[in-house]
Amino acid sequence: MYDVAIIGAGIIGSFISRELSKYDLKTVLIEKDNDVSNGTTKANSAIIHAGYDAFYKTNKGKFNALGNPMFDKVCKELDVAFKRIGSYVLAYSEKEIETLKRLLENGEKLGIPDIKIIDGDEIRKREPKLSDEIVAGLYAKTAGIVGPFELCIALCENAVENGTKLLLNYEVSNIEKNENRFIISSNEKSIEAKYVINCAGVYADKINNMVNKPKFKITPRRGEYYLLDKRTNGLVNSIIFNCPTKMGKGVLVTPTVHGNILIGPNSEDISSKEENKTTFSGLEFVKESASKSVKNIPFNEVITTFSGLRAEATGGDFIIEKSDTKGFINVAGIKSPGLSASPAIAKYIVKIIKDLNEGLKENKDFNPIRKKIVKFSELKDEEKKELIKKDKRYGRIICRCENITEGEIVDVINRLVGARTVDGVKRRARPGMGRCQGGFCSPRVVEILARELGKRVEDIVKSNKESYIITKETKGNIDYNK
Amino acid sequence: MLNYDIIVIGGGPAGLAAAIEAKKKGIKDILVIERDRELGGILQQCIHNGFGLHIFNEELTGPEYAERFIDELKNQGIEYMLDTMVLDITKDKKISAINTKEGIMNIQAKALILSMGCRERTRGAINIAGMRPAGVFSAGTAQRFINMEGYMVGKKIVILGSGDIGLIMARRMTLEGAKVEAVAELMPFSGGLKRNIVQCLYDYNIPLLLSHTIIEIKGKERVEGVVIAKVDKNKKPISKTERYIECDTLLLSVGLIPENELSIKAGIKIDPRTNGPIVNESMETTINGIFACGNVVHVHDLVDFVTKESKKAGKSASKYVLGNLIKKEEIIKTNADRGIGYIVPQRIRMSNVDKKLELFIRVKDVYKDAKLVIKADEKVIKELKRRHLAPGEMEIISLNASLLKGKKVSNISVSVKGS
Ligand SMILES: Cc1cc2nc3c(=O)[nH]c(=O)nc-3n(C[C@H](O)[C@H](O)[C@H](O)COP(=O)(O)OP(=O)(O)OC[C@H]3O[C@@H](n4cnc5c(N)ncnc54)[C@H](O)[C@@H]3O)c2cc1C
Ligand SMILES: Cc1cc2nc3c(=O)[nH]c(=O)nc-3n(C[C@H](O)[C@H](O)[C@H](O)COP(=O)(O)OP(=O)(O)OC[C@H]3O[C@@H](n4cnc5c(N)ncnc54)[C@H](O)[C@@H]3O)c2cc1C
Repeated sequence: MYDVAIIGAGIIGSFISRELSKYDLKTVLIEKDNDVSNGTTKANSAIIHAGYDAFYKTNKGKFNALGNPMFDKVCKELDVAFKRIGSYVLAYSEKEIETLKRLLENGEKLGIPDIKIIDGDEIRKREPKLSDEIVAGLYAKTAGIVGPFELCIALCENAVENGTKLLLNYEVSNIEKNENRFIISSNEKSIEAKYVINCAGVYADKINNMVNKPKFKITPRRGEYYLLDKRTNGLVNSIIFNCPTKMGKGVLVTPTVHGNILIGPNSEDISSKEENKTTFSGLEFVKESASKSVKNIPFNEVITTFSGLRAEATGGDFIIEKSDTKGFINVAGIKSPGLSASPAIAKYIVKIIKDLNEGLKENKDFNPIRKKIVKFSELKDEEKKELIKKDKRYGRIICRCENITEGEIVDVINRLVGARTVDGVKRRARPGMGRCQGGFCSPRVVEILARELGKRVEDIVKSNKESYIITKETKGNIDYNK
Repeated sequence: MLNYDIIVIGGGPAGLAAAIEAKKKGIKDILVIERDRELGGILQQCIHNGFGLHIFNEELTGPEYAERFIDELKNQGIEYMLDTMVLDITKDKKISAINTKEGIMNIQAKALILSMGCRERTRGAINIAGMRPAGVFSAGTAQRFINMEGYMVGKKIVILGSGDIGLIMARRMTLEGAKVEAVAELMPFSGGLKRNIVQCLYDYNIPLLLSHTIIEIKGKERVEGVVIAKVDKNKKPISKTERYIECDTLLLSVGLIPENELSIKAGIKIDPRTNGPIVNESMETTINGIFACGNVVHVHDLVDFVTKESKKAGKSASKYVLGNLIKKEEIIKTNADRGIGYIVPQRIRMSNVDKKLELFIRVKDVYKDAKLVIKADEKVIKELKRRHLAPGEMEIISLNASLLKGKKVSNISVSVKGS
């Protein structure tokens, strides 16, 4: 029997499992998909918000404010890229300046450091591509960008290294409480745990309803994005928001940690929890809104578009609490700024678990440091030479757009919480993230995955179980003159 | 640091022809660098017939065509490296390359020839809405899977784009037992060669839906179908014309983009119309001593023309190394006028032109019974009648050098007359 079962290996579940791995607990992290970070955590704006935005009395406000300063340390320990590049919320009118003032005041109540309102000219001096119409902006120095799926994967890897059990392909279909333990089943299989932490993203209502009365409902709220080629690097150097509205923080333009430009999201309530598609109208809206803040965005440099689903819970705030059933904790409705809040949410959950377990001991063997990921293209020539001497596979470039070597791909397959799918490799080592979107390298990645995993090429999938790439072997010789 | 007279980047048909020509013109130290496991470039995956009609008067398959050049390269004793990728080039013609044996190499050349070919446009670049399942391939990727790795990628196929790769893949998939439901084309005409439309679609009863596009991809894990619609004159989908086609695979053949990451890093100027380097009559880029040829300069539909152009680049590079390329002179600019998409070369120095000046052009639209009008500073110097002109088929205009030599011309323009 486990002490703690965490349902959902998104950023929230992963962060909690890593924090709990610091203690002497038997923890299992359960995920329905064949990889971690396959839900909302893989598709969002990747901003670590400074924290002035959400109302100071809400969980969103409190946890964001606490979470932001925690990123430097954890990202360093786990070798995940994180950059504090600062953000601007732009105002185009007197009325919008009032909104900025409200945000500033809210931020001050939350104790957010280094926020101030500056005038339009000063903003344009710092970000020359911004619109001439801007009259003022709220600058927040501590806002940052991170690789959300890299962070989530790194957290899982570190948790597993420190003793957490990761259970993939395990879709929780039923939970029963039996005296002091929960029986958590998926089809015929089941496991037992003393405590359950529900971090199931857009499905958190479904999981809650397995043990509790339906107290909240999660509505998926879709947001769509454009990603631009690295050639556009420098279009903006900080995070650029339009003024917020009721539906959210509005469309932003930001660099990513890898040097692309990300533009989005729109905001649309939908009925299906699986419809993370892009739409013509959604993307047109994003284009229009972004063009308001940044001049001449090169939309001909788009390399991909995607969308993510926010888990919008009844009431609109994060639900982070012990539920009516003792030992069952909900971490639900974690929409934006969920990523930014995640370290603080994890700390808070640890506190709850500690309260439930008097005398809980620390895990003496806890190792906070994750083995470094080799980023070949960032090494110096001398280091590259050394590495190739040791392992020839670092001398073979597989992804020609991002210059990713075979050595790096093999490494991410063979690590703890290693990649099992083409998308898994892509999220960990980035082949296929570049401008050709895997056109050249995907056949090679499939081949390497099959070889390293001892599988048939036909059995390698893009992402989930049914996302097969290849149907069969070809017939061979074809006569064209027939 | 290693030294060579000429380094050729990319061992496709362009690089091979250029290297061989330079060798024939007396250059000894030539190195061809290819990132793939074999020479021959994209030809190695084009196992269909139809290569070499112009150069060899025969119909060869892609690999057969490549083989002739690979054999000659070896006979000439030209050095080459496989599985080696060039990571960087500088304007002083230094390159850095990587492979598993040598690790990182820094090499100095007297001249460089860029022949990196092109890559395919992707789903992202054309922004097709919908889900992101497996089963969406660019046509060239599917071709590589099928022809080189020996794996089929689907059973029921829809193809977007009727460029040559799309057409050829329609036939290839059919011959492998798949059902190609349709080839949809945004434009009111196909971007492919006439003979490919007949031999790859009509012969197999595959419908070609002109003025159509895909507006949504359906399917959570694997493609389950696509929604297509007719488009109006402005290429916008017309409402109520939507139709769902069930399929498990979508192939995209929506254009090729010259691979100029290295060229841009070196500071070579790119022509936005071709997406390739601006070149002169000698296939020299805007940096002296760096030449370019083949699909990296502009996308060709026939490999024979790649060979032709690349020989010129090889010859010019040899002249450059031997000090025989005339550098300074008045430059004539070429100007793509009405109806013309682009002209290569963009700049001409007549003293490097022997007898004929060749212009490679592409029209923007389909024309019947039209004329190509060539003007030198507003004066018509030649008119060419054409029964049929299409963007999918490159035209070559050959001008007698005597028309231009010794005359003070600063601009040559080409336009289409007709409808
Ligand atoms: C468009 C958009 C933009 C955003 N931008 C930002 C931003 O810039 N900054 C920020 O801080 N936040 C942002 N967010 C919010 C942030 O992305 C989320 O708060 C965060 O990713 C939520 O993580 P999670 O772990 O709760 O959910 P998820 O990542 O969705 O994880 C839930 C996991 O539970 C699993 N699961 C579900 N049901 C079951 C089951 N029955 N059995 C087993 N496993 C199950 C799922 O497969 C999934 O892996 C944004 C969100 C969206 C949609
Ligand atoms: C699917 C398809 C069908 C075709 N069908 C026909 C046909 O029927 N008949 C016909 O005549 N023509 C056909 N063509 C056209 C013809 O094959 C191409 O125009 C020709 O191959 C282009 O030659 P290239 O050498 O410029 O480019 P490529 O053949 O693409 O060669 C470029 C080479 O450079 C290498 N390279 C690139 N960057 C680097 C680097 N940094 N370091 C090292 N190496 C590098 C690449 O690996 C590649 O091998 C077809 C083309 C395609 C794509």
